[in-house]
Amino acid sequence: MNQTDTNVATLDAEGLSLKSVSLWQITWRRLFKRKSAVVGMVILGILIFIALTAQWIAPYDPIKVLIGVEDVKSRQAPCIHAFGCPEDQPQHIMGIDGNVRDQFSRLLYGTRLSLMVGFSTVTFAIIIGTVLGALSGYFGGWVDNLIMRTMDVLLAFPSLLLAIAIVTVLGPGLTNALLAIGIVSIPAYARVVRASVLSVREMDYVSATRALGGNSFQILFLRIMPNALTPLIVQGTLGIATAILDAAALSFLGLGAQPPTPEWGSMLGSERNQVFTAPHLVFYPGLAIMLTVLAFNLLGDGLRDALDPRLAHMSN
Amino acid sequence: MFQYIIRRIFLSIPVLFGILLVTFALARLIPGDPCRAILGEKATDAVCDRFIQEKGLDKPIPVQFGVYLGEMVSGDFGDSIRYNLPVNRLLLERLPTTVELSFSALFVSLLVGIPLGVISAVKHNSWVDVLTMIWANTGVSMPVFWLGLMLAYVFSLLLKDTPFWLPPSGRVSPGVPNDPFFEVWGLTLAEGSSMLSFLLFLSRMNILNALLSANWELLKDATKHLILPAVALGTIPMALIARMARSSMLEVLGQDYIRTARAKGLTQQKVIMKHAFRNSLLPLVTVIGLSLGSLLGGAVLTETIFGLSGLGRTLYDAITARDYGVVQTFTVVIAVFFVALNLLVDLSYAYLDPRIRLE
Repeated sequence: MNQTDTNVATLDAEGLSLKSVSLWQITWRRLFKRKSAVVGMVILGILIFIALTAQWIAPYDPIKVLIGVEDVKSRQAPCIHAFGCPEDQPQHIMGIDGNVRDQFSRLLYGTRLSLMVGFSTVTFAIIIGTVLGALSGYFGGWVDNLIMRTMDVLLAFPSLLLAIAIVTVLGPGLTNALLAIGIVSIPAYARVVRASVLSVREMDYVSATRALGGNSFQILFLRIMPNALTPLIVQGTLGIATAILDAAALSFLGLGAQPPTPEWGSMLGSERNQVFTAPHLVFYPGLAIMLTVLAFNLLGDGLRDALDPRLAHMSN
Repeated sequence: MFQYIIRRIFLSIPVLFGILLVTFALARLIPGDPCRAILGEKATDAVCDRFIQEKGLDKPIPVQFGVYLGEMVSGDFGDSIRYNLPVNRLLLERLPTTVELSFSALFVSLLVGIPLGVISAVKHNSWVDVLTMIWANTGVSMPVFWLGLMLAYVFSLLLKDTPFWLPPSGRVSPGVPNDPFFEVWGLTLAEGSSMLSFLLFLSRMNILNALLSANWELLKDATKHLILPAVALGTIPMALIARMARSSMLEVLGQDYIRTARAKGLTQQKVIMKHAFRNSLLPLVTVIGLSLGSLLGGAVLTETIFGLSGLGRTLYDAITARDYGVVQTFTVVIAVFFVALNLLVDLSYAYLDPRIRLE
């Protein structure tokens, strides 16, 4: 049952020799067979590449105001030489923003922030959620009741509204927005982990560890927790998508990243009243958010199917 | 069934208590001096001392919480500082906008989501299926605020002077008659009666009001105003519903009794509608219930973009303006609505699937 250690024996094409294939190898293979998951991985790969190389591929400094540097106006439309923009004008493929900065460079740098937001909030929520869920499922009784009722209360608020309220208490800013989104997403992970713990708590191999003198810590983290790994990976990948979306929404409302930080939500928020006059300033940041969220959603769905043992027969 | 309902209602009580505790704590934790937030920066210490004593803010926290509980249970939500109105009245004014918006969004998402999901399951792996799934995955990943702005750009600016033009903000155009339906009917009610409040509440939902008072001009105008926000807000639930409808339909279509139905010689239409579709509805109930809840969160963004003063927008404004009474009440109302919704989902599940009741 301990899935990470499980080795699955498969027959090769001739059915003659047995070779062992780990669960992760099977998962990878199944993942690559799903077109949508591959699309997700490709988009994600491109985004990670952009995030890592932003300082080299961005044509301008994302927070540098171009007044006096170049002959460009505030909210100027995109100028692409390949599409007939005069060669004597400086090229800005996504135009100029309201503060006379290069929109394309800001968008590239924004990738860093979005990925960072996704990974950091989900890591935070997974750590806290795992501990709470594990304690809840393992000890049961009043510990379980206390923790899970608290989680129910957190789940009783629409997540974005609760995040807004928490940011208001903590004060606007990127760090506080991350913390708020992290807190709001804890219950999902706590529930996943608790369910996994409950499903194996009474299994023979757990009793065996106990009989051999294993303490609660060993039983919980070495014997029980590996079972929660697969649902956590799936939930985490999908959770990153939600976290990026919520963080962008908070920044859009002015509660997250503050100017001049190149963050997609706040770029969109600060130009939203100009949507009729300078649509390019609203279009590109939103598209970037959507593509990033889409990548994680596709990958998460793909992982869920690939890791589901019930779908094993579909892999070969 | 009755026992099950009672048990589930009792289980919601600790959650409701927790909600009140959280909203109480949040309002107390909002940084800044409540006296100066409410009376203004210029309030003197003497004025503030009196204010704090009057509002009971000098009492121990547990006592304050007790008072707050009492107020919430008795329905006395205090006044809004910002609008200088009782919170109750503000709630009655703002809630209809959000209710109308949420239900229209849900309506749009069901109307499009379910047929798309069913069709793509029936035509599994066809181009319809592939397109639907691409579209559903994109829809789930859509930032509501961006979609709203883009829709406004396309339908209010690019399609200007065409029959497809739609207004980018507001709920009705100025000059369109918007009399409450009960006045059109000739009803007169005593000022301040709860019946009047209730009828006013209903009449503030424009579509309902237009239908009840046979005001077709208002119906047309209000619908035009509602389309863009409802589509923007409804896109994520629409995509979720399409996906869920597809996967649960696929599961049902693979079962033996469907093969039996086909073997009996039933038409494809009968098999799909009578045998498969009804049984694939169960998981959809959960998605629909949960979507309605998340619509309330999305309402903050949609209402901001389309200039609608509903629950979400008012709550957001109240938070930034430190309008305690409004923040507490609106949050509690939304959360209680959420809990009630979850309860309804559970109950409908138990109704649809008798096995759940017996556990």
